[in-house]
Parts: sequence; structure tokens; C-alpha cells
Amino acid sequence: MNLEYGPKYERFRAEVRDFLARNGKRAPESAQRAARPTTDAVAWQNLLLEHGYTARTIPREYGGYGAEPDILEARIIAEEFARAGVPGGLSNQGVSMLVPTLLELGTEEQKRRWIEPTLRGEIVWCQGYSEPGAGSDLASLRTSAREENGHFVINGQKIWTSTARQADMIFCLVRTETEAPKHAGISYLIFSMDLPGIEVRPLKTMTGHAEFNETFFTDVRVPVDQIVGQRGQGWFVANATLGHERGMLGDPDALENRLLALIRLMQEEQIGSARAIDNPVLRDRLVALQAEVAAMKYNGMRLLSNQLKGESGGMAKLIVKLQSCELAHQISALAIDAMGEMGILYAESPREREGGVWQWNYMFQLGLIIGGGTAQIQKNIIAERGLNMPREPRLALDAAQSRKEVA
Amino acid sequence: MDFGLSPEQEMLRDTVGRCLAETCPLDHVRSCSETGSAVSDQVVAALHDIGLTGLLVPEVHGGLGMTLLDAAVVAEQLGRAVAPAPFLARSVLAPLALMLAGSAAQQAEWLPRIASGAVRFGVAIAGIVEERDGVRVRAEGGRLTGTALFALDFVGADYFIVGDVSGRLHLLAATSTGVERIALQTIDTTRSIGELRLTGAIAEPLADDGGLAARRLRDAGRVLLAADSLGAGEAMIEKAVAYAGEREQFGRVIGSFQAVKHMCAEMAARHEPCRALVWYAAHAFDTIPEEAALVACHAKSLTGEVHRFVARTATEVHGGMGFTDLLGLHFWFKRIGFDRQVLGGPERVRSDAAQLQGLTATT
Repeated sequence: MNLEYGPKYERFRAEVRDFLARNGKRAPESAQRAARPTTDAVAWQNLLLEHGYTARTIPREYGGYGAEPDILEARIIAEEFARAGVPGGLSNQGVSMLVPTLLELGTEEQKRRWIEPTLRGEIVWCQGYSEPGAGSDLASLRTSAREENGHFVINGQKIWTSTARQADMIFCLVRTETEAPKHAGISYLIFSMDLPGIEVRPLKTMTGHAEFNETFFTDVRVPVDQIVGQRGQGWFVANATLGHERGMLGDPDALENRLLALIRLMQEEQIGSARAIDNPVLRDRLVALQAEVAAMKYNGMRLLSNQLKGESGGMAKLIVKLQSCELAHQISALAIDAMGEMGILYAESPREREGGVWQWNYMFQLGLIIGGGTAQIQKNIIAERGLNMPREPRLALDAAQSRKEVA
Repeated sequence: MDFGLSPEQEMLRDTVGRCLAETCPLDHVRSCSETGSAVSDQVVAALHDIGLTGLLVPEVHGGLGMTLLDAAVVAEQLGRAVAPAPFLARSVLAPLALMLAGSAAQQAEWLPRIASGAVRFGVAIAGIVEERDGVRVRAEGGRLTGTALFALDFVGADYFIVGDVSGRLHLLAATSTGVERIALQTIDTTRSIGELRLTGAIAEPLADDGGLAARRLRDAGRVLLAADSLGAGEAMIEKAVAYAGEREQFGRVIGSFQAVKHMCAEMAARHEPCRALVWYAAHAFDTIPEEAALVACHAKSLTGEVHRFVARTATEVHGGMGFTDLLGLHFWFKRIGFDRQVLGGPERVRSDAAQLQGLTATT
């Protein structure tokens, strides 16, 4: 057990701290997740790109900083930005999912054309994966793309397309090979959201806001060269990015910051003449969550170490999405309980706390438990890949299908 | 940066694991239990042969000079094997007490004999966690009077380290005049625990350090009970998964039913982060003193909660068989129950954690 990063990395940490001390004030508030980056956010992003605090290992010819991949440097950047409470680089779906996919599987032309403007916040992407009939069973998706005169003609519907209203472009899974088995019939296309035949309808969720959309395609014509990977390889291409999404949802720094915010809230809320945190039942729940957050933090350090040694994270990695999302949800639940009757206030009500953010979080985090691979799918993965338990026997129809895939 | 066990610690883990696989199979645990013995001579001898008796004792005093993280690696294996072998008090807390609060002369007198196995210690510090049944131990003029509950590694102890009401530690011979030893029966037949009724028993005080050493013992004990729970919990998960992969109902193995699979996944998901937390807690005890007490609390309370869930869920996965004595699953169930309560159950420990952070009411 050695938790020292060593002098070389501590020098790097000092550089990051120095940068933050000098420039932190220029950071916009929560630039990271804004659908369409503001001018301030773009300026901040460009500053980070210039210093290599985002897109650090992406080659210079594609607009990155071109540093050698270094897990500890990446970790130090994340730690120091979190500690300073300063937003890091953009982490929208274009940056976190499309860019890694193109780097891995895109053509040289695609990399040169799309990566840099995406990193600079000039192009905003949305993800077209899920469909009303294809959620956990994503590979059963039915949005079709038939080839006609050098174009794919796309028809169908996507759902959960967050940022579709603001997006310039979409990366989208479509069925190109209607005769092929389900996993082998999918292609990964990238195209403009301004094309004729695309309609975006906001999808209002339980929070009262439309954080997502439904996107409809009617005879949308996309040039055939706007495919990533080969025809029929889309499932493989998409899985390269799903890994990135799951990584994104389990950030121990984020959990720790939520917990600190909860402690502050419980110290500030007055119930009669005492603070919420003086209630022993609430305090017990708080400390129980604190222990869980600590465990996830050290689990993250263990994973970091595995990564440094080139080992797979194994079970410690498989459980991150399930546990982190659940924990985030429980932190919000306790915040609501600590506020008592005040906890119900929402939507700019008089007396509401922190803009009703805890209720919004409580609901939205339930969405995160469901999205990006539901808790139940996560448990299947943990059981089947982590514990080597047998798969559910398939229905006869499904089994026939998979025999076809093998053949 | 390397978060995890060193190659030497992995070797220690494997050595202890192999030793216990050979000397402490379930049949042996069962026969010890049936004869009412919480101490297996064959397991104690085997552990002694690989040097574990003096694990923590500094090398100058004839021990291995190892750390609490090393001890946690061992404790995990003992929990995994539900080993009826004294370890926590005898090989960890007693030498620690002497190292923390013993004079040079006391260390020179006792530590080599602990390492060689010539003397066997129990430790009674439950009173510094909570006073129960109104009993306590007072020290006056080199004599102890009162009752010390939940003395660990009770059976076979020649000496005890006893915490008094002020938190000061004392070294007491088990056979001194004025010492009455009363064994307590617990759910866990693989560990022995008892009470000491003291009436003016002569004892040798360790340093008057305002209870510092006693609190360090409490923290170390919490970490090692968490590590024991980790091993026992892991064994239960493995057993549940194995059983679910063999047992057939409705023409298929029950592990292929999502209802059963998800129980196993939930156990694994809650159990896995405990490992990193226990490692960190042990490491903090060794090298980050300002964090040690708090993270020991976290490790103790979280494993207490998680492994209670694991113990009942793994039992349920085994269906009716899990409830029988036949499979012996209950040895792990009870071991986990013991680990949860001793040196403070989760609520007690979380209350300590809140206090350590200044989260409790200031008025």
C-alpha cells in the first residue's frame, strides 16, 4: 500500500494548482454538462485545451494536447479541479463518447473533420441509441437505413436523445442489414441534425423538465460515407462508447462533493432550536452514507491502481455504476428528509432551498439508476461476468436467432 | 501509487489460506464446536508454525514486526475459514497495548514471550466502548476492582490486558488472587469471550496516557473485526453462488433465475467496496494516524451492515438447506453476527464517527 504519487506527479499537481489559483475565477459555473456551451464555457474550454487539462492525450493533429496517456496525471487533474470546485473540460456526449469512438474506429478523414470542433465546443452531439421498443435490449432496435443512390435513407424513432434540441450532429445506431441476426444488422452513422425529415420533440420527465427528447426520422438522407466502422459493425462500434458512458457515471469525486453539500445542508437547516444534524436518527443515516462514499472512494483508488498495473478492474469495476447511482440517490433522499416539510418545496417556491435542487436530484438520479444500463441489467452483468453465474435460458425464438448468428 | 496488497502481503494471504484449508476444514470447525472448544489446538499450532503468533511483535523482540494491514490480511483468512483460533487479542491487541503503552522493561519482558507463544493474552476493553449492566473496572493502588465484560480470546489466556474506567490499560495474570473468570456463551462457537470479576486483583499498570492506547486498541480491533467479516462474507457469497450453480428446480439450475442471480449480484455489489475500505482503514492505522479512528469506524459499521445482509441473503439462496445445521453455513452467519456487535455495533460506531468529526451538537 503506497498512496504517494511521487515527486514527479506532485510537481505536476503543483502546476495544476497554480493554474487553478490563477485562472479558476474565469471558469463559468457548471460548464461541464451545459447542453450548448455558453461563450464563457467555450473560452474556458479553449484555455483548458491549451494547457492540456482536457483532451490531454488526444493527438495534436485532432485538436488535443498530445500528451502521452498517463493515468495519474489524469487523476490529479480530476482531483484538483474537484477540490477547487472548478468545472473541468466539457464532458458532453460528443466529447465523452463520440471522440473516443472516432479515435478508435474512425477514418483519418472523420477524425480530422469532427474531433477538434467537438473538443472546442463548436459542435454539439446527441446520441441516438435507445428506441421506444429497444431499451435494455438495445440490439433489437428497428430504426432502418436502406441504401439508395449513395445515401442511407433513415426512418424510425429514437428516444432519450438528451441535447437533441441543441445538437448540431447525432451519432446514431440504425438497422442496415434487415436479413442479418440482430447484433450483426446494425450500423453506426453520424449526421447533421439539420437534415430534412428530422423532428425533435421534448420529452418531459417526472422532474417537470424536458431533459430528454424523442427524435423522429422520416426519409432522412445521409451520405453513405458518414458511417463509422463497416456496415453491420455498429454494435461493436457502439459498445466501444458504452464503456466510456459507464465510466462517466461513477465519479467518486462527485459523490464526495454531494456528501459535503449534504453535511452543509444538515448543519444549516434549523429544526426548532437545533440543527438537522443534531437529530441522532438523521445523523446516523448521514454517517452510514459517509461510510459508503468512503468505500467507493477507496474502491476507485483500487481501480486506479489496477489500471496502472494494466490489470482489469474485475468485480471492483463491474459494481461501480450500480453502487454509485444508488448512493447518489440516497444522498438526495436524506437531504429531503433532513429538510422535513421544507423538503417538498420545488420550482422557485418561496422558502425553497438551493433552487429545489435536492428534489430534482432525487428524481433525476432515479433516472440515472434506470438509464445507461438499468440496475437490473447491471445485476445481470455482475452475476454473469463477475460471478460466472449461468445466463437466463432463452426463449425458443431467441435461441433460434442465436443459432443463426453462430452459423 | 499502489492501492492494494504488496506481493509479500499476497503471499501471506495465500500462505495463511492454504494453512487453514489444510488444518481447518468445515468438519474440524464442526467438531470443535460440538466439543465446546473455541480454540483448536491444531489450528493454533499451524498458525504458530508460520509465525503468526508474533506477527505484530517487533523483530527486536522476536516477532515479525508486521503492520495492521498484514494482520487484516490474516484476519480475513481466519474469517473465511471460520477458524476457531485466538488471534485478535492474543496476537494483535495485546502486543499493540505493550508497544503503545508499555515501558521498555515491560516490552522486553512480555513481547518476546508473546511472540514465542510462551504467554497467551486476552484483552478486555469493551468498557471503553460502552458501559453495560452498570459494571466497570476501577484501579487503585495497583489493584483492580470491578467487572470487565467481553474479554476477547478468553479461553486459554494466561494474562489479560484490562482497560479501567479511565481508559488506562493494566496487565493482569489470569490466576491472580481476586480474579474470577466467567466464560460467556455466544452465538459464535468459533471465538471465546468472557468476563473478569475482579476484587482487588494485583495488576501491573501500563502508561497513564489519558486512554490513548486504549482508543488505538479499539480502532485496531474494529479494523480487524471488519477484516474478519470481509472474509466470512466473501466465503458466504462464494458458497451461495456455487450452490445456485448446482441446485436444480423446475428443470434448471436456480442460479439461472434472475430472482436468485440478483440476490447474488446485490451481495457482491455491496461486499466489494468493503474490501478497499478495510484495506484503507488498516493502512490508515499504520501510517495516517489523524484519519485512523474515523475510517476504522466506517470500516466496522459498513461491514457490519453489508455482511448482515450477505449472511441472510446467502442463507436464503440455499433455501431450506441453508437453514439446516447440515451445510454448516450458520458458522459464517454467526461469525458475522459476532463481528458486527463486538467493540460497538454499527449505530454505536457511527455515533463515535460523528463525534470524531465534530458533527454532534455543540450545546
